[in-house]
Amino acid sequence: MTTAVETETALGKPIRRKEDAHLLHGQTNWTDNIQLPGTVHMAILRSPMAHAKITKLDVSGALAQAGVVAAYGAKELGDLNGGVPCVWPVTDDIKMPAFPALAIDKVRQVGDCVAVVLATSAAAAVDALDSIVVSYEQLPAVTDMEAALESGSALVHDEIETNACYVYKMPCGDYEASRAKADVVVARRFINQRLIPTFMEPRSVVAAPMGMSDEITIWSSTQIPHVLRVLLALVTGIPENNLRVVAPDVGGGFGGKLQCYREEILVTNLAKKLGRPVKWTETRSENMVATHHGRDQIQDIEIAATKDGKILGLKVTLLANMGAYLQIITPGVPLLGMFMYPAIYKMDSYDFTCTGVFTNKTPTDAYRGAGRPEATYAIERIVDELAAEIGMEPMELRKKNWITHDEFPYTTVAGLTYDTGNYEAATEKALAMFDYDGLRAEQAQRRASGDPVQLGIGISTFTEMCGLAPSRTLGALKYVAGGWEHCTVRALPTGKIEVVTGTSPHGQGHETAWSQIASSILGVPVEDIEVIHSDTGRSPYGMDTYGSRSLAVGGQAIKAASERLVEKARVIAAHQLECSASDLEFINGSFQVKGDPSKSQALGAVAFEAFTAHNLPPGVEPTLQAEATIDPVDFSYPHGTHLAAMEVDTETGQVKVRKYVCVDDVGMQVNPMIVEGQVHGGVAQGIAQALFEGAEYDEDGNLLTASLADYLIPSAADLPSFDTGTTVTPSTTHPLGTKGVGEAGTIASTPAIINGIVDALRHLGVTDVAMPASPQTVWRTIQAAKEGAK
Amino acid sequence: MIPVEFDYVKVTSIDQAISALKAGGEDAKIISGGQSLLPVLRLRMAEPSVLVDCGSIDEMLGVRDDGGSITIGAATTHHGVMNDPLVQEHALLLAQATATVADPAIRHRGTTGGALAHADPAGDVPAAALALNASFVIAGPGGRRTVAAKDFFLDYFTTAVGPDEILVSFSIPKCDWGSHYSKFNRTAQAWAIVGAAAVVNVQGGVIKEARIGLTNMAPTAIRASTVEAALVGASSAAQITAAAMHAADGTRATSDLHAKADYREHLARVITARAVRAASGI
Ligand SMILES: Cc1cc2nc3c(=O)[nH]c(=O)nc-3n(C[C@H](O)[C@H](O)[C@H](O)COP(=O)(O)OP(=O)(O)OC[C@H]3O[C@@H](n4cnc5c(N)ncnc54)[C@H](O)[C@@H]3O)c2cc1C
Repeated sequence: MTTAVETETALGKPIRRKEDAHLLHGQTNWTDNIQLPGTVHMAILRSPMAHAKITKLDVSGALAQAGVVAAYGAKELGDLNGGVPCVWPVTDDIKMPAFPALAIDKVRQVGDCVAVVLATSAAAAVDALDSIVVSYEQLPAVTDMEAALESGSALVHDEIETNACYVYKMPCGDYEASRAKADVVVARRFINQRLIPTFMEPRSVVAAPMGMSDEITIWSSTQIPHVLRVLLALVTGIPENNLRVVAPDVGGGFGGKLQCYREEILVTNLAKKLGRPVKWTETRSENMVATHHGRDQIQDIEIAATKDGKILGLKVTLLANMGAYLQIITPGVPLLGMFMYPAIYKMDSYDFTCTGVFTNKTPTDAYRGAGRPEATYAIERIVDELAAEIGMEPMELRKKNWITHDEFPYTTVAGLTYDTGNYEAATEKALAMFDYDGLRAEQAQRRASGDPVQLGIGISTFTEMCGLAPSRTLGALKYVAGGWEHCTVRALPTGKIEVVTGTSPHGQGHETAWSQIASSILGVPVEDIEVIHSDTGRSPYGMDTYGSRSLAVGGQAIKAASERLVEKARVIAAHQLECSASDLEFINGSFQVKGDPSKSQALGAVAFEAFTAHNLPPGVEPTLQAEATIDPVDFSYPHGTHLAAMEVDTETGQVKVRKYVCVDDVGMQVNPMIVEGQVHGGVAQGIAQALFEGAEYDEDGNLLTASLADYLIPSAADLPSFDTGTTVTPSTTHPLGTKGVGEAGTIASTPAIINGIVDALRHLGVTDVAMPASPQTVWRTIQAAKEGAK
Repeated sequence: MIPVEFDYVKVTSIDQAISALKAGGEDAKIISGGQSLLPVLRLRMAEPSVLVDCGSIDEMLGVRDDGGSITIGAATTHHGVMNDPLVQEHALLLAQATATVADPAIRHRGTTGGALAHADPAGDVPAAALALNASFVIAGPGGRRTVAAKDFFLDYFTTAVGPDEILVSFSIPKCDWGSHYSKFNRTAQAWAIVGAAAVVNVQGGVIKEARIGLTNMAPTAIRASTVEAALVGASSAAQITAAAMHAADGTRATSDLHAKADYREHLARVITARAVRAASGI
C-alpha cells in the first residue's frame, strides 16, 4: 500500500510558532481573566507555622464582614474537604497519610490551608481573613531528613508512627562483588537542593455550575486537564460526565502545574455547594509556599572502578524529602531518576535504595526533569571525581566507559534498553564548537600565573528517559495511570483540518508542531490546520503534558490518526474517480490516478463528499475523521554533550558562565526552532539550580526564600549566549524518530556548571561545591580548602 | 497581595502636598513611583489611610544647572536621571549607581528622590549621594530647609525628612573626578549585597582626594572615611588595595541569606579597591 508521498513537507522546518502572535499581542486568556457573573472569590487563611495543633478556629467573625458570602474551616466543610490524591504508591507498604484540603486539628507546613472565606470581591475576601479567630499550639518542626529518621524524632503524622514514607530498593547485579574487585572506590554526598518551580503565571482556578445542565466547568491553570477531571471526579464525588476541565492559556508549569491541588478541590466543591462561580488566584507569596516544590534529595553515591578507569559498579542511597504530604506523584519522583544513575555508562552492577521522608515542609513533586536531573547530577559529578582520583582526563574516562554507537540497542545495568544513540558524534561536535584544547591551555596558563580569576571546564555527557511511558511499564511501577496518548483528525467539509490532541501545551508550541506533522501527511498547509487541546469538552481523551512526552507519545498519535484519515479518504476518492484504491497515489494533498495526473481529487473535495454523503462507496460511513490512541513501545532516550567554561573570581567567589556549548540529540526534529527554544529554556533552568536557586528553611520550618527578592531566578542578563547544536540519531521505537526535548537542557546543564567550578578550583584543594554555588558558598569553599592545605 | 483600602490624592504644588499630608494626619504617605511603597502595601506591612501623589509637581521634575551645582527634582525617574546630560557631565557617579537599580521597567517608574527618601540600606543611590556631597531640600509646614548628605541618612529606612515633610530636590556640586560604582549582587536584578561608590581626584598619577560611599554595610549608606584618608598619595594598585583593607572599619554589616557579616566585610574591601581602581584608572 502506498502511503503519503512526502514532496514539499512542513516537517523539520523552523517555521515560526503559530501561537506567538496571540501570546505577544496580549490576546491571551489566563484563568484569572475569566469573569463570570455572580462570581465569588475565595481567599485562604494559611498556617504561619510549620507544625502546630489548631486549638481554636472560629470563622464566624468573617461572616459578619461586608461582601462575605461564606466562610469555612474543616469542621464546617465536612465531607467537602476531600483528600488530595496521590496516584503513585510506590511500594506495598508505603505510608500514605490523609491530606485534607483544609487542615483538620493540626497544621503540618507553613502555608497549610486552615480556613477559607468567599466574598463578592477578592479584596473583601482577603480583608475578612483578619476576622477569623485561630489559635495554635506550636509543635516541634521536623526539618532535617536524617534527624527525622532517628527514633524519638517528632512526627509529621502521629498516626503512622514514623517519618519514613517508604523504602524502595533496586539491586542490579552484585555491587559488593564489583566493589571487592575495584582498585578505586570514590564516595560522595551530594545535596540536590529544594527548588521552587516559579512559573510566570501563578495558579488560578475558576469553577462554575453551568446552569442548563448538571455540568460544572473548571478552568484551571494546569498542565493536566484530562487527568485533573478524573481525579476531581474521584475526590469530589461529582460524576465525571458532569465535569468539564479547561486549561486556558497557561503561563508555564515546569511540573508545578502537574497536580491536583487542594485549592482546585475546594473551588470545585464550593462552586457546587454555593451554586455559583467560585474563583481563586494565588498570590506570589502563596505560590512560594503552597505550590509544590521540586528536588530536595540527599544523594550518597559510590562508584567502584579499576585504576585505569573502567567503571565496575555504582551504589546510590537516597533520602528523598516528601514534605508534609504526598501529592500526585510525590513518592515516585526519585524512581524516575532510579533508572538513570548508570546513565551512558557500561558497568556490571548497580545498587539503588531510596527512603522517602516526611518533613514539615511544602510537599515536593515533579519539577522539570523530575528525578533525572538528580540522577544526572550525581553520576556526572562522581565521574569527574573518579577522573580526578585516578588522574585521568574526565572526557577520556567517559569515552572509556560509555556505550559506543555500534552497541545499540543496549540494555543497561538498570534494565532499560536504549534504542539508539551516538555519544561519540555529539561529543566530537561539542568539543569542536567549544575549543576544548584552547580553553584547557588558558586554564593551565591562569593556574601557572596565579590569576585571581580561575578557569574551569565542566562536562556533562547525559542521557535521560522521557516520553512516559509504556502503560504496562507504568503499571509494573505501581503508577495508577497509563502512558498512552490520543488524537482525532477531522477533515471538515470546507477543507480545513482539526487536529484534536490529548496533550496540553503551556508554552511548548504544540499548535505549530502538531500542525507540521499533520500537514506533512495530509498535504494541507499548516495555516489550514487548527489544533484543539486542553479542554475535556472538545478533546475528551488525553494524558496531557509532562515528562517530555507530548511529541514523543502524542506526536505518534497525530501521525497515526492522520495516516488513517488518508486511508479512509483514499477509499472515497477511488470511488469518485472510478478506480481502485491501489491505483491512487496521494501527492501534495491530492489523490491522483497513477499515470494520469488529470484524474485527481483533493483531500478537501473528498471531505465534502464525505459530508454530503451523496455518493459514498458501500460500507463507508459519512464524515471524514480518524482517531488513534497510541501506547508507546518504550521510553525515548535523548542524549547530548554539554560543556561549560566557568570563570571563578577567587577573591569574591563570584562565578561566571563564560561559554556554554551543547549538542543535543533529540532524534528527528519536527521544528528545529522549537527544539532550540526548549534547549535554551532548559539550560537556563538547570544553570539556575547550579548557581542561583534554592529554597531555604529555618529550624522552625519557616521558608526563608519566600519571595523573589530572596529566591533568585536568573534573567537573560545573568546568562551567556548559548551555543547550541544538534546531532540527529532517530529513535527506532518511535515512528517519527523523535525523542523528547522538554527537559533535556535542565537535566544536562546543572552538573556541567558545577563540574566547571570544581575544575577551576581543584588545584586549590576543592573537591565539591554545594548548590546553589552562590558567591558566598564558593568563597567559603575556597577559604576552607586553603585552611585544609595549611 | 491586595492592599488595605486607601484614599489617593494627586497634588500639583508643594503647598497642596503639605496641606494634603496635614489633612491626612499620621497615616498619610507620599507616593512617588510606588516601586518601594506598593510592595509594602500589598504585603500589608503598612496601611496608610491616604497616599499623596507628588509625581506631577513641576518643581520636583527634571534636572537644572545652578552654576556650581546641579539640582535634581525628587520626582525625576531613575531613567530620567541616569540619561540626563547634566548628570552625566557633572555627577557621573549618580548615573552609574542609578543604572544598576533593579531593571528598566522599575527605573521608568521609580524615582531617585523616592529612593533617597526611602533610604533602604541596600539601595544604590544613597552611597552615590554621600560620595558626591549632595544636599537635600526639604519642605514642610514650617517652610524649607537644606540638609547636607552627612546629616540626611539617620537610620534604617529613616532620613531627615519628617512625616509631614517632602523631599523637593537634591543638589550635587559639579564634580569632574573619575568615578565608579561597584555593585556586588547575585543576579542582575538583585539588590546589592555590598556596593562601593567612589569619586577620585587624580593628579599626575597620584590620588589627591577620594570620597567613597558604601551600600549595605550599616543601617544607612556610609562613607568609608578611613579608606579615603589612606588613599591620599596612593599611586599604585597595591597601595589602593592596602588602603581598601580599611573598608570595613566602622561599618555595621548585617547577616542575611546572601551574605554573613564577615563575608560582607571581606567583599567591602575587595570591591572598594576595585571601585577606586576603576575610578582612578590606577
Ligand atoms: C523588584 C524591585 C527591585 C529593586 N531593586 C533595586 C535595586 O537594586 N537598587 C535600588 O536602589 N533600588 C531598588 N528598588 C527600589 C527602587 O529604587 C525604588 O524606585 C525606590 O526605592 C523608590 O522610589 P519610588 O519613587 O518608587 O518611591 P515610592 O515607592 O513611591 O516611595 C518610597 C518611600 O519614599 C517616600 N517618598 C517618596 N517620595 C518622597 C518625597 N519626594 N518626599 C518624601 N518622601 C517620599 C514614600 O512615602 C515611601 O515611604 C527595587 C524595587 C523593586 C520593586
